[in-house]
Amino acid sequence: MSAARSPLRRRTLLQAAAAGGLGAALAGCATPRVPARAQVVVVGGGYGGATTARYLRLLSDQRIDVVLVEPNPQFVSCPMSNLVVGGVQPLASVTRPYDTLRAQGVTLVHDLATAIEPDARRLRLARGDTIAYDRLVLSPGVELMFDRIEGLAAAHASGRILQAWKAGPETEALQRQLAAMPDGGVYAITIPEAPYRCPPGPYERASLVAAYFKAHKPRAKVLVLDANEDVTSKAALFKQAWRELYPGLLEYRPQHRVTGVDAARGVIRFEVHEDLRADVLNVLPPMRAGALAVQAGLANANARWCHVDYRRFASTAAPDVHVIGDAIQIAPGMPKSGHMANNHGKVAAAAIVAELQGGSAEAAPMLTNTCYSYVSPTEVIHVASVHRYDAAEKTFRTVPGSGGVSAARSALEARYAQAWAANIWGDMLG
Amino acid sequence: MPVVPPPPISPPPRRARGLRAGLLAAALAPATVLAAEPAAPAGLSLRALAATCANCHGTDGRTRDAAVPGLAGRPAPQIAEALRAFRSGERSATVMQQIAKGYTDVQIDALAAYFAARPQ
Repeated sequence: MSAARSPLRRRTLLQAAAAGGLGAALAGCATPRVPARAQVVVVGGGYGGATTARYLRLLSDQRIDVVLVEPNPQFVSCPMSNLVVGGVQPLASVTRPYDTLRAQGVTLVHDLATAIEPDARRLRLARGDTIAYDRLVLSPGVELMFDRIEGLAAAHASGRILQAWKAGPETEALQRQLAAMPDGGVYAITIPEAPYRCPPGPYERASLVAAYFKAHKPRAKVLVLDANEDVTSKAALFKQAWRELYPGLLEYRPQHRVTGVDAARGVIRFEVHEDLRADVLNVLPPMRAGALAVQAGLANANARWCHVDYRRFASTAAPDVHVIGDAIQIAPGMPKSGHMANNHGKVAAAAIVAELQGGSAEAAPMLTNTCYSYVSPTEVIHVASVHRYDAAEKTFRTVPGSGGVSAARSALEARYAQAWAANIWGDMLG
Repeated sequence: MPVVPPPPISPPPRRARGLRAGLLAAALAPATVLAAEPAAPAGLSLRALAATCANCHGTDGRTRDAAVPGLAGRPAPQIAEALRAFRSGERSATVMQQIAKGYTDVQIDALAAYFAARPQ
């Protein structure tokens, strides 16, 4: 770590200013001052980015200064947000402030990162500021490719067809559409070909909407229209739950790839199958790495995902840039999940701390993944895995024998799911 | 059913917050190590390894929801025995029997020592 580069004094002064009344009053709505540089700038305050920011502070014993760039004033979790869609919990229950992260010495900049200047090692923000960095960590999430489905961009912009795949206002809006739908209506969710963010998420959502209909609109129906050959995660457990809990209420149809929508008529068109009409349409288009990563030329896997050196989660396309979370080209058996992004962030943070302190990154880093899915408001199933870096193959592999799925859905795992959320939100946000 | 046994009745000894994991791991490392065994993780490596538990058990093993037990400050033998029992299947669980299979003996002992030394 270069002492000459370290703007520790300025950061300390900035923190002192932010702790004052003016800073506190402005916190969350505007950024009082944007630092001109930081040792590490992290873009994206979700599961990956917030974790990276916090663990850079923890693992460096507060010696590395960190700026986190995130446009939203609060963190809204995608995991657990299907409970909001299903009318079980309010959006506030999956919303957390960034205050504690700020108190731990992470400088929050609430702005949108718009461009990277890799040669100058500078990040550009929408409001015109630039931040110089020694290391840049991108956790940009996914961009939904609305233009891949004819008519979808306009239908989404008008609010007629929602994605609600990025938790926030659309999550509540989708629940309102379901609440306003007449009994006897049809809710259709369409699933893009894998890989996409949160493999079991669509099936969890379908389950919770079915539970909502069962309680409130017993003549309504859920249609799950999947571009994939079969349910992509926890298939047997989901299908058993659907058979036992929602017979005649939820219908699953594989190999349904959406090509277009007619929002005015509520019609979905498919590559092969007949058109379908639904009252509430929840169309999830194909996804790729978040826009900043694509624009910066980091999405060098099929122009959709970012290849990384997995040992350090370093971009293979730009020096001193790391990419983590849903945006990366995944290793075998690695899901695009919030838990996995949290673990990517820790490996990246440890590597950056080691390297900025003159050492080298861990030779064989480890990752875990535990993903809980609600099949009803009271019962949950999981999939878990442990991954170890394989130096010979330069990739992560699941440790043989590790991991698996639930023996059966249970209320106990619903309790664990709540505890998982409390602990991982605490782990990433402080 | 809790994933790990309930906390001991007598509180475990509290250790100084500043104690470095690396020093601790070094102090607890077995005197003789087989040549084929990988070195026990220490320092930053150990902290990063322990961070793979934090997502469910809380940062440094301090849980925020007692449904998933905390690990901080528990006796190291208790943590190591629990992990080995999950790994062998001797002890049943919903998920820990699957997670524990991902860790080696050396890693289990290092993790146990690490969490034992964390303040609760």
